Amino acid sequence: MPGRTPSLRPRTGRAEGPRRGPSPTATRRVPLALLLPALLGVVFLTLPLIGLLVRTPWSDLTAQLRGTQVLQALRLSLITASLATALSLVLGVPLAWLLARARFPGRRLLRALITVPLVLPPVVGGVALLLALGRRGILGQYLDSWFGITLPFTTAGVVLAEAFVAMPFLVLSVEGALRAADPRFEDAAATLGASGWTTFRRVTLPLIAPGVAAGAVLAWARALGEFGATITFAGNFPGTTQTMPLAVYLALQDDPQAAIVLSLILLAVSITVLAALRERWMTTA
Amino acid sequence: MSVDARLRVERPGFALDLDLHIEAGQVVALLGPNGAGKTTTLRTLAGLNALSSGRIAIDDAVVEDSSTGRRIPTERRGIGLLFQDYLLFPHLSALDNVAFGLRCQGRSKAEARTAAAAWLERVGLSEHAAARPAALSGGQAQRVALARALAPSPRLLLLDEPLAALDAHTRLDIRTRLRHHLADFTGATLLVTHDPLDAMILADRLIVIEHGQLVQAGTPGEIARHPRTEYIARLVGLNLYRGTATDHRVRLTQGADITTVDSHQGPVFVAFRPTAVALYRTRPDGTPRNQWPVTVAGIERRGDHVRIDLTGPLPIAADITPAALAELDLAPGTEVWATVKATETSTYPA
Amino acid sequence: MIMTFALRASRTASALALAGAVVLAAAAGCSSGSGSGSGGAPAAASSGAASSAAALSGTVTVFAAASLTGTFTKLGKDFEAAHPGVTVKFNFGGSDSLAAGIVSGAPADVFAAASTTTMNTVTKAGDAAGTPTVFVKNQLEIAVPPGDPKGIKTLSDLTKPGIKVALCATTVPCGAAAVKAEAAGDVKITPVTLETDVKAALTKVELGEVDAALVYQTDVKAAGGKVQGVDFTEAAKAINTYPIVVLKDAPNATAAQAFVAFVLSAHGRDVLDAAGFQNP
Repeated sequence: MPGRTPSLRPRTGRAEGPRRGPSPTATRRVPLALLLPALLGVVFLTLPLIGLLVRTPWSDLTAQLRGTQVLQALRLSLITASLATALSLVLGVPLAWLLARARFPGRRLLRALITVPLVLPPVVGGVALLLALGRRGILGQYLDSWFGITLPFTTAGVVLAEAFVAMPFLVLSVEGALRAADPRFEDAAATLGASGWTTFRRVTLPLIAPGVAAGAVLAWARALGEFGATITFAGNFPGTTQTMPLAVYLALQDDPQAAIVLSLILLAVSITVLAALRERWMTTA
Repeated sequence: MSVDARLRVERPGFALDLDLHIEAGQVVALLGPNGAGKTTTLRTLAGLNALSSGRIAIDDAVVEDSSTGRRIPTERRGIGLLFQDYLLFPHLSALDNVAFGLRCQGRSKAEARTAAAAWLERVGLSEHAAARPAALSGGQAQRVALARALAPSPRLLLLDEPLAALDAHTRLDIRTRLRHHLADFTGATLLVTHDPLDAMILADRLIVIEHGQLVQAGTPGEIARHPRTEYIARLVGLNLYRGTATDHRVRLTQGADITTVDSHQGPVFVAFRPTAVALYRTRPDGTPRNQWPVTVAGIERRGDHVRIDLTGPLPIAADITPAALAELDLAPGTEVWATVKATETSTYPA
Repeated sequence: MIMTFALRASRTASALALAGAVVLAAAAGCSSGSGSGSGGAPAAASSGAASSAAALSGTVTVFAAASLTGTFTKLGKDFEAAHPGVTVKFNFGGSDSLAAGIVSGAPADVFAAASTTTMNTVTKAGDAAGTPTVFVKNQLEIAVPPGDPKGIKTLSDLTKPGIKVALCATTVPCGAAAVKAEAAGDVKITPVTLETDVKAALTKVELGEVDAALVYQTDVKAAGGKVQGVDFTEAAKAINTYPIVVLKDAPNATAAQAFVAFVLSAHGRDVLDAAGFQNP
């Protein structure tokens, strides 16, 4: 490949022995100019969580937990967030591949459009979803009149609203991983007789798996916490569309103690899931 | 399973124009300096680059033809490519790497793995079947990559600097093994290298390209004996000059004259080995009629001999013993006389 | 890469940070929200006493129920016209969330709620200056899209299968009123959504996403031709009374009292009547 000096060091294997881990000099002393703001950042991010823990009515906890609404909202939240993540994977990974590998006019514009849900206020997203998929929406009206399918006020609507705000995270993460992956592995697969789809399935996907996992985690966390788009598009009804964030918001008006308990549960679940994921999946390299 | 190709690839600032023919079972080495177009040739044959114009036929089947617009994609050309940095799939074991091509051909997982195991046996790496590429040494990775390329029985085998990434010791061993595997391979082989020794040992024919053009083709012996460019001469370790011959006397382009053992007329190449050069502090008497006053430009120890670079009426590379070096008390800038016997020269038409 | 670095570095720093944070939290917990009792002036409806030309200035922040959006916005403009040095800022929303905000220390001068229940949240926490005054009442009405495509005529029509109804959440005054109305009519409506304030419920009807919503008469009137109202008998059983009060820690107490007086004045009465509110 003219213009690209081929590396003489083999990508795999060395002249002497197997590869060793990261060198000990990688963890240097942290300069003070970085350490202080970092600590400040840690305090800033952890103080609200500590506030939550400090104000939790620990003695009252079991009584509050026994309310069926809590479990219902939690189950709904977990299910919809997971479904939204699954939807994001199915649609988002191919989309990321398109953005990273295919060449077509308007690619930059497409990427900008895809990141719009990231900067859009969630409620605006909800309104936009209504205008598109609501009963009188540009697509929704046909879904309603031809198939009798309505999306607002349904659990499916919750999944859609959550996927709308969460998918961009996944797309960007996977696109980054694809760009970082060496496309020459795909060349190698082609020389061995692999078609485009086989190459993607057996070579590309395993190589970008950490990036996909990181993107999925981000998407799941974002979906779990989504409020504005959900309440605007899917409404609020216990069991069908009342996810945990909505339950917390409503409980706050009525019964702040309950709100704290709900928040604590959501926090505990999130931390458990995130901690259960291996650290190396969080790095996209 | 022969290969017939007319390659023309155009890039900004570079153009490759090469005709290739490789017989079944033949190993052709493509030699050339960096940027000559060796890798471009490989990639174009493999289908990873597109032809600007020309035609490629493998086994009488046309895989690419710019005049008809026909272009068969890489995965259906039946080629095997050994990359310079091997590109073993890091997430698969050595066995699964080798089995990859077989599975793409539709064989079941079990079948492919059995065949792959046999290949690993042939390259002597059975006990590393389960290892990941990161755990293999350079030589081991090279052998796995070779097995992976050969396992699907390609019609054309392309090797991109197969020994470049290995240390000197491993190289010798791998080169010998590679020779045996290539001898057993029934398809056509194109081997790209910048090391003349590898080319000479592994190949039946050499093709030398510079700046995208063919400069010389022939058997390793022919090329070593009669190099046609300075690059090749340096490659095979000769002093090479151009000049005009009148019987036994050649007027070289640098202006100096040289007496040769062969008689020619007209434009010729003249070559002699560095070991044929004798150096004297004072102008010698005796038979050599080729004597030039030269100045030492560089001194380099090379194992058991010393290479002296000399400038003067013509640039000369001379190999002498360390003892001679001490005796002559040479240093950069020293003026000496260089002589070469006419019988040590080789002259051939340009 | 950033994450791994942070995780390693923060191991040593986390102890420090944790200790520091707990100290801060404890310190914050010590200083309670309510300040020393500065007994505010009674929020009595003394007519225009404080509205003498003596310079009223600054900003008055009014937290008001969503159903008061149209009327209070107008009253605010009128008040600013009468008192050029004053700016009136509004925060409209579900009375329950507004009350929760005030109790948590949101800076406000005046609170106008859509039910005595939500006002009680504020008075019980001791954040009201004096006793709230009821200034209007509001009655529920069914809002349907123009032309009443689904033929809703009574409250029990809302229970027909296939009818999508939006209600307010029960913690919001209009939701509480809906519960009372259901009880009075002995019906059980299954809504598709429980909105967080009455305007959101109304919007769902305007957008055509639901077939009907239980909102206030004033909301139907304010929406003009965008929705059609259907009165129902049980509405009379579920009337919300709206109290208004100056808050204890009001940053601008004088102007706040003036505003409350303005609302209770004859002009205020006219505006509220025109919107469809009932006299208390």
